[in-house]
Amino acid sequence: MPAPSHLTRAEVEEFGRELDRIRDEVLAGLGEQDARYIRGVIATQRKLEMSGRVLLFASWLPPAWAAGTAALATAKILENMEIGHNVLHGQWDWMRDPKIHSTTWEWDSACPADLWKHSHNFVHHTWTNVLGKDRDIGYSALRISPEQQWHPVYLAQPLYNILLALFFEYGIAIYDLELERIPSGQKSLKEALAQLRAIAGKVQRQIVKDYVAFPLLAGPAFLPVLLGNLTANLARNVWAHTIIFCGHFPEGAEFFTEDRLQDETRGEWYLRQLLGSCNIDGSRLFHIMSGNLSHQIEHHLFPDLPSNRYAEIAPRVRALCERFGLAYTSDSLARQAGSVWKRVLRLALPGPGPQPTAATSPARKLKAVA
Amino acid sequence: MLGKLNHAAQWLSTPLLPEDYLGLLDPLWSAEELRGRVEGVCPETADAATLVIRPSRGWRAHRPGQWVRIGVDIQGRRHWRTYSLSSPPERPDGCFTITVKAIPDGLVSTHLARRTAPGTIVRLAGPEGEFVVPEPPPPRPLFLTAGSGITPVMAILSGLLPGDTAHPTWPPGQEPPDVVLVHSAPTPQDVIFGARLRHLAARSPYLRLHERHTRSAGRLSPADLAGLCPDWAQRSVWACGPAAMLDEVAAHWTGPADRLCVERFRPAVLASGEAGGRVRFTRSGREADAGGATPLLTVGEDAGVLMPSGCRMGICHSCVGRLRSGRVRDLRTGQVHGEAGDLIQTCVSAAAGPIEIEL
Ligand SMILES: Cc1cc2nc3c(=O)[nH]c(=O)nc-3n(C[C@H](O)[C@H](O)[C@H](O)COP(=O)(O)OP(=O)(O)OC[C@H]3O[C@@H](n4cnc5c(N)ncnc54)[C@H](O)[C@@H]3O)c2cc1C
Ligand code: FES
Repeated sequence: MPAPSHLTRAEVEEFGRELDRIRDEVLAGLGEQDARYIRGVIATQRKLEMSGRVLLFASWLPPAWAAGTAALATAKILENMEIGHNVLHGQWDWMRDPKIHSTTWEWDSACPADLWKHSHNFVHHTWTNVLGKDRDIGYSALRISPEQQWHPVYLAQPLYNILLALFFEYGIAIYDLELERIPSGQKSLKEALAQLRAIAGKVQRQIVKDYVAFPLLAGPAFLPVLLGNLTANLARNVWAHTIIFCGHFPEGAEFFTEDRLQDETRGEWYLRQLLGSCNIDGSRLFHIMSGNLSHQIEHHLFPDLPSNRYAEIAPRVRALCERFGLAYTSDSLARQAGSVWKRVLRLALPGPGPQPTAATSPARKLKAVA
Repeated sequence: MLGKLNHAAQWLSTPLLPEDYLGLLDPLWSAEELRGRVEGVCPETADAATLVIRPSRGWRAHRPGQWVRIGVDIQGRRHWRTYSLSSPPERPDGCFTITVKAIPDGLVSTHLARRTAPGTIVRLAGPEGEFVVPEPPPPRPLFLTAGSGITPVMAILSGLLPGDTAHPTWPPGQEPPDVVLVHSAPTPQDVIFGARLRHLAARSPYLRLHERHTRSAGRLSPADLAGLCPDWAQRSVWACGPAAMLDEVAAHWTGPADRLCVERFRPAVLASGEAGGRVRFTRSGREADAGGATPLLTVGEDAGVLMPSGCRMGICHSCVGRLRSGRVRDLRTGQVHGEAGDLIQTCVSAAAGPIEIEL
């Protein structure tokens, strides 16, 4: 993989300007078509959800159970990924529709939108893959980079990862509380408690909805409806976990040290976003189901551009990377997921020593030539 | 009952509202967001059209002369504008009308008057406004209008004049109304509601209509007005039209101030070439560079902030935001003012240097 150290500072900034140009072009072209796209996805998601729940009322028929559960799972995935995640990024704020706006949206996830916007939009997207800054590296539970100090608790991390996948939404909610910042006083206990209450309130409503209200409405089909809802929630969690882990942790994704951040220019910021992200190849439907996080690179370069535009700019970003001799990591879902799991398994054990692709080299070298 | 049901249904729809699902069947079932469906568009003149709009649940009837705010999606973006209601309240079909004159380069007016198809959904807020006739109406009202300024007066007139009865009777001791309407437009064909007004004047002995066709006769001056309606200073006057006309009427008004009611369609803005600054919208976390003559409302909207707004001309206070730091320029007077904590009308204020506002 060509390291970015071959670029001069001027070239890095030229790379940044080219990306800015792509961004400006997309922004200038936003209009009717884009608005129709997101409204269409939202309407489809809601109809799918209603159909799924109606089918589940007939779930004493096994095919109805299967179809209902599948429809509900698909709706929940769409709701979290292509709609919720992207609306909360402010990708659709330009429409000025208070019903589809980052400041008013709430999603079907244990983590309240406000809390998530802080930890995700700000902390993760600003400090992407910077060790000690980007808390998303391993979600505080996993050792995902060799630079993280090994500890015997990591021996069980394949198990943690499975649990995290199954209960991803709860994992994210607790993780977003940033409990580790309380002992040092960086975060007050009072604030954490208030946030915990908000999470508890949301979790309560969701549990009542999926595991009490809808099953009760189904009367004799109580149990199959409950199981269908549970299956849909678990499927959504595992899917979201898989896509998100494939975005930053497969082979090829780089991690950076904090010194990288000092006086970081716009060009260098773009570079870090590019090198810390990986794409997943797939069909149009797959991209939609992944919330277009399969275009993780484009998403990290332009987190607030509407997701339906990532596919169209991806070839341009790729060509730009080629021109500047930069790696553009993209592979199939199976390969990326395999690569993530290899990493999780390998790093459960101590070692290896610092990797040449990791934090040590590119970042520092970049600074050195600058 | 409905409220309780709705509340219970929220346990099934959380985190959304039941109406977010019901709205898929009929957008007008929404109660949280006031909406309207355009049922028909009727051309009035070459550049004006009347839109018949069916409001959703929760719409309250207006008083004649009031206006409504309309949110229209153009090229995917929502734009809010204000339009006077041109229909009398409580039409039998439950709809109301607005009448829009397409102004050259006007984004929303052109879209509404020329490119809006029946079935289009718009957002609504209101009705509001003080350009109304009190109850009981004064016996001798005078309406001074020009161009699209006729729209609120059309709604008022229908309520003032007795219906289509040929020989209306008046309660003993009560004077029949004596209504004068002086309306200006470039040519007879440009008179919005021209045919209806002429028909009304021909049938009703209580309405005197003076049309002024400015292309041939020139603009109406206050002196002309005294000729057309010698007792105009003794009447109660409602005036609506271009700023120049309204300013002139106000300058020549000799009657008591509370008998002259003026409706402006656009703010009287003082041109200002002064420096602006960086604006930070603290609640939404957005920032933008603002010119010294650009309303903060526009700056915020362009930056993707959900800016509340209303008349967009400094009268309704729907658009206020709390200033956290910096100072603003009042675009109507040019005066620079503001302290931390002040509520600022964003539609008529521009940044005078860097500011932070809680929106
Ligand atoms: C209380 C109230 C009631 C109103 N009622 C009506 C009504 O019944 N019918 C109606 O047609 N309009 C009415 N208006 C005016 C309307 O709200 C819009 O301002 C107007 O339609 C122009 O909007 P636009 O988006 O087309 O123009 P914009 O795209 O906003 O502006 C384009 C250009 O036109 C200029 N401009 C803006 N407003 C006006 C104006 N009113 N006259 C001339 N030039 C203007 C701007 O300075 C700019 O240069 C009313 C306004 C108010 C405040
Ligand atoms: S929008 Fe009415 S005062 Fe500003």
